[in-house]
Amino acid sequence: MAEVKNIATRDSYGAALKQLAAEGHDELVVLDADLAAATKTGVFKKAYPDRHFDCGIAEANMMGVAAGLSTMGYVPFVSSFAMFAAGRAFEQIRNSVAYPRLNVKIGATHGGISVGEDGASHQCCEDFALMRSLPGMTVICPADDVEARAAVRAAFAHKGPVYLRFGRLAVPVFHEEAGCHFEIGKGEQLTEGSDIAILATGLMVNEARIAARNLAAEGIHARVINLHTIKPLDEELVLRAAAECGRVITCEEHSVIGGLGEAVCSLLSEKRPTPVRRIGVGDKFGCSGPAWDLLKEYGLCAANIEATAREMLGR
Amino acid sequence: MTNAEKLTLQKRACQIRMGAIEGTHSAKCGHPGGSLSIADLLSYLYFKEMNIDPANPAKPDRDRLVLSKGHAAPALYAALALRGFFPVEDLKTLRKIGSYLQGHPSMNSVPGVDMSTGSLGQGISAACGMALGAKHAGQGLSVYAILGDGEIEEGECWEAFMFAAHYKLSNLCVIIDLNHLQIDGSIEEVMNSAPLDKKMEAFNFKVLSIDGHDFDQIEAAVAAFHAETEKPTCIILNTTKGKGVSYMENQVDWHGKGPNDAEYQTAMEELNAAYAALEKEGN
Repeated sequence: MAEVKNIATRDSYGAALKQLAAEGHDELVVLDADLAAATKTGVFKKAYPDRHFDCGIAEANMMGVAAGLSTMGYVPFVSSFAMFAAGRAFEQIRNSVAYPRLNVKIGATHGGISVGEDGASHQCCEDFALMRSLPGMTVICPADDVEARAAVRAAFAHKGPVYLRFGRLAVPVFHEEAGCHFEIGKGEQLTEGSDIAILATGLMVNEARIAARNLAAEGIHARVINLHTIKPLDEELVLRAAAECGRVITCEEHSVIGGLGEAVCSLLSEKRPTPVRRIGVGDKFGCSGPAWDLLKEYGLCAANIEATAREMLGR
Repeated sequence: MTNAEKLTLQKRACQIRMGAIEGTHSAKCGHPGGSLSIADLLSYLYFKEMNIDPANPAKPDRDRLVLSKGHAAPALYAALALRGFFPVEDLKTLRKIGSYLQGHPSMNSVPGVDMSTGSLGQGISAACGMALGAKHAGQGLSVYAILGDGEIEEGECWEAFMFAAHYKLSNLCVIIDLNHLQIDGSIEEVMNSAPLDKKMEAFNFKVLSIDGHDFDQIEAAVAAFHAETEKPTCIILNTTKGKGVSYMENQVDWHGKGPNDAEYQTAMEELNAAYAALEKEGN
């Protein structure tokens, strides 16, 4: 078996921006709020200093500047931590980006509790909820490096506002470069099972893959679906999975309030009532600690997915 | 500017005021006070200064205007209608269901509106982005951002002011409508921003403080803005809230309500009389 590489999707973000610029997309510009070193747009800044604008520690203004730049024909990627992009600048995104439907891409790194030691103040578990409530906003959370780079490319090609959530933690790369087909709003079915459906996003997709492998050894065949796009949700794929599997588990590194789990529940409750268990961060804040330990502590791991599946199936 | 030119601009300002009253009367709500205070400025910018084309509202090299104090939409819409962007008759549809004239400016529905605004403090940031984009692209256009004196209590404005000076946005003209009234009272009572000129100078702006109802002073200030090549410019526009309608002038109550039928009659009589006087002066 080939050695699995671990790469943080924030690194993929910076690399993809640089690659797009190298391909001659002169309209692409990048904005940061004093965090280029951490959002990994530093590699873009180094290669294209005249198209990188540091806005200082002022996210609200940065979001509006991006809106203004987009009206001039630029395609700005606005970078900060999820907490300060979706959180602090929420109303700027709402009124200056989403309402006028401007072509602004929000690259939010450090999503979720896998931020680790910095603790709750920097662990944004509310961004899906905030962003998916905005009309016309596309919300994407890629699962690994290959998918993250493809997502940046798709966001660039898409006309309209896009929220991209990346992680700080290096996570296993399981997509093959050649086989990765990324389409906004189209989920990716990773396994064929029909005993239970596991719908995951972000770093939880790999945990779902591991869980499915372990469950298969027990004779439980789970259908793992990667929902990299939280909004618009791939309703067809989710409804088919619910119909064919009869039980659904959702997995996300986000609050169980307002994220993928609730998006799936909303859809199923109206169109195909199906038992659902939501795995995510409960109604509580994160805390400091090593990222992988924290993920386990909060139940964001394969073992919890497996236990939940067994419980739902009465095994 | 010649006297004839000035009279023409004064008449346009008078018509902008009438349009703002028409809209807020028809809507039975809206913001007449802060619309009337900037009518002269809008007359100058839309009828003398800005490179714009009503037949091609999206032309790429046009000058931009961001009404960061978006609640003054009734005046902006009146100026745009009079300039030929859409029928003046439509001003009566302000704030009504189905109308493109939304309560606050919407760039996707109103021809000639360069940025959707209304949430205070945000338009100035977008204007900075426009000015930065124009500079970066080597376009010689100008960006005007009109802010309220209450609006600048929003912290985002000061983030934007820092940004504008840092990036040497000499193509950005920030105009602060200093009419001294906000919803809860005078700015001096609610949140005193004085000394505003010194604050803007400290933020590295070129600062000009002028009478916002004097066309010669407006013209000179805008000329000074064009002459500046290193810094953004801030024009502090000393105005009277409700200017041109006697019972609205300097009355805090007239920030955000529409005139009733009797008040509308009085306002239009006064504005028509002012217009007739200007006509007479021109003959």
